[in-house]
Amino acid sequence: MEQIGYSKKVMEHFMSPKNVGTIKNPDGYGKVGNPVCGDLMEMYIMVKDDVITDMKFQTFGCGSAIATSSMVTELAKGMHVDEAMKITRNNVADELDGLPPKKMHCSNLAADALHEAIKDYKGKKWLKKETTKGKGRNADRGAGNKGMN
Amino acid sequence: MENIYLDHISSRPIDPGVLEFAKRFLEHDYGNPSSLHSLGLEAKRALEEARAKVAELINAENEHGIIFTGSATEANNLAIKGAALRNIGKGKDVAASAIEHMSVLNPMKELQKNGFTFNLIPVDSNGIVDLEKLDEVITKNTTVVSIMYANNEIGTVEPVEEISKIVHEKGSYLHVDATAAAGFIQIDVQADGIDLLTLSSNDLYGPQGAGALYIKHGTKLQPLLLGGGQERGFRSGTENIFAIAGMGEAARIARLKMAKEGNRLKKMRDRIIQEILIIEGSHLTGHPTQRLPYHASFRFDHIEGESILLNMDMYNMQVSTGSACSSKTLEPSQVLLAIGLTHEQAHGSMVLTIGRSNKMEEIFAIIKAVKETVERLRRLSPLSKKEVM
Repeated sequence: MEQIGYSKKVMEHFMSPKNVGTIKNPDGYGKVGNPVCGDLMEMYIMVKDDVITDMKFQTFGCGSAIATSSMVTELAKGMHVDEAMKITRNNVADELDGLPPKKMHCSNLAADALHEAIKDYKGKKWLKKETTKGKGRNADRGAGNKGMN
Repeated sequence: MENIYLDHISSRPIDPGVLEFAKRFLEHDYGNPSSLHSLGLEAKRALEEARAKVAELINAENEHGIIFTGSATEANNLAIKGAALRNIGKGKDVAASAIEHMSVLNPMKELQKNGFTFNLIPVDSNGIVDLEKLDEVITKNTTVVSIMYANNEIGTVEPVEEISKIVHEKGSYLHVDATAAAGFIQIDVQADGIDLLTLSSNDLYGPQGAGALYIKHGTKLQPLLLGGGQERGFRSGTENIFAIAGMGEAARIARLKMAKEGNRLKKMRDRIIQEILIIEGSHLTGHPTQRLPYHASFRFDHIEGESILLNMDMYNMQVSTGSACSSKTLEPSQVLLAIGLTHEQAHGSMVLTIGRSNKMEEIFAIIKAVKETVERLRRLSPLSKKEVM
């Protein structure tokens, strides 16, 4: 039988979503959807040693958009970023005891938002490495200059 | 918390008096009105009594103009396809306002696929039909023009009398879907100049499963359903006597209650609108004054309608929305787009439709629930943050 309405779990996450909010200077930030389509999600992650230590979200959208956002933060917190990249839309829906069929695609974007945040984190990490390398060279030169003085 | 039902546009509870009146047709008066024996004649009597009661509600010339159908959707289909197909000799143009119900627009679109010309008449930002455009669009080839009495999503009441004059100048039929208006607004098909008018039983607090089409004497119509020739040949099929008798009684009660109940609802409606518009980023949809007495519709910035509906349900209050997320097609309401809203704006709609069970004392709780709902969803929304920043 086609699922009628939302599961109890979806309603729980809709009514009391976990990890709502934003993080100032996050290690990773992801945004998917747009308000024209009716769903927009923003994910913020903090990462230490490649493990997600904190996560926050804000979502504009329907009941399942809010519930899936909340659920994905619950799933990904404490996970290694490479593991978290493997969380799929289906995983999120399964953890919520299913979503109505028409909601599976349009408002089940939370996993995508998480992936975007992780990609952002990895990009920043790479950039940091590159700039630290650069800084290192500058530092050497600086030290050299200092030495000359 | 006691339940507060605010979705009368979607379904109305059956009036206890109506149920009491009609239940005998479910229990023991099960005759077929086409039969000549006593049980059949009893059913036939009930059928004709219901016809007279419905005729009286809309001031039809007599009861013969009323044809019972299975729903308002069927009545709309019968009116539009019936008139277009039967009058091909005059032409193959049909027209409807951009805010009609799907049961008007979809038959029109089907006609279009089959070689008819379908013109959509725009409305202004309040939902009032553009009369100049209407005049422009109708040609001598136009057979039927469909304009609703009042809109179910934004509550706007159309200037039917003026529309009728324009439509009749070109010799077209005017079909009016009065599903949302009948029983709440004084309808006079003769004074208004209406050729075809759709009614719904449930919207009058009658049982589901019956609708009616008023057909002005002389209007040429081709039936959709062929069979035993019931309902003067316009709608074959054994009549649903329980629903029809109920609809008749509901029409009678609605007519008697209309003035007093209308005033009561209007007061409540105005209070609701006044209080909700205090909320920042809230907007009324539809006409501010020319609107159904039971109808209060809004949109809110930065939040989405399905979430509003779910959140209000947690307060035991049932509302409706034109948001795409709650529609079968995942498209936002055509009505909200027709009044000029963007997709983004249309997502945040909420419709409150009050009825006989609602009391003035409930208003405080309703306003409080709406305010808290809007605040909570805005806290979750990344869009509201940007405005603040």
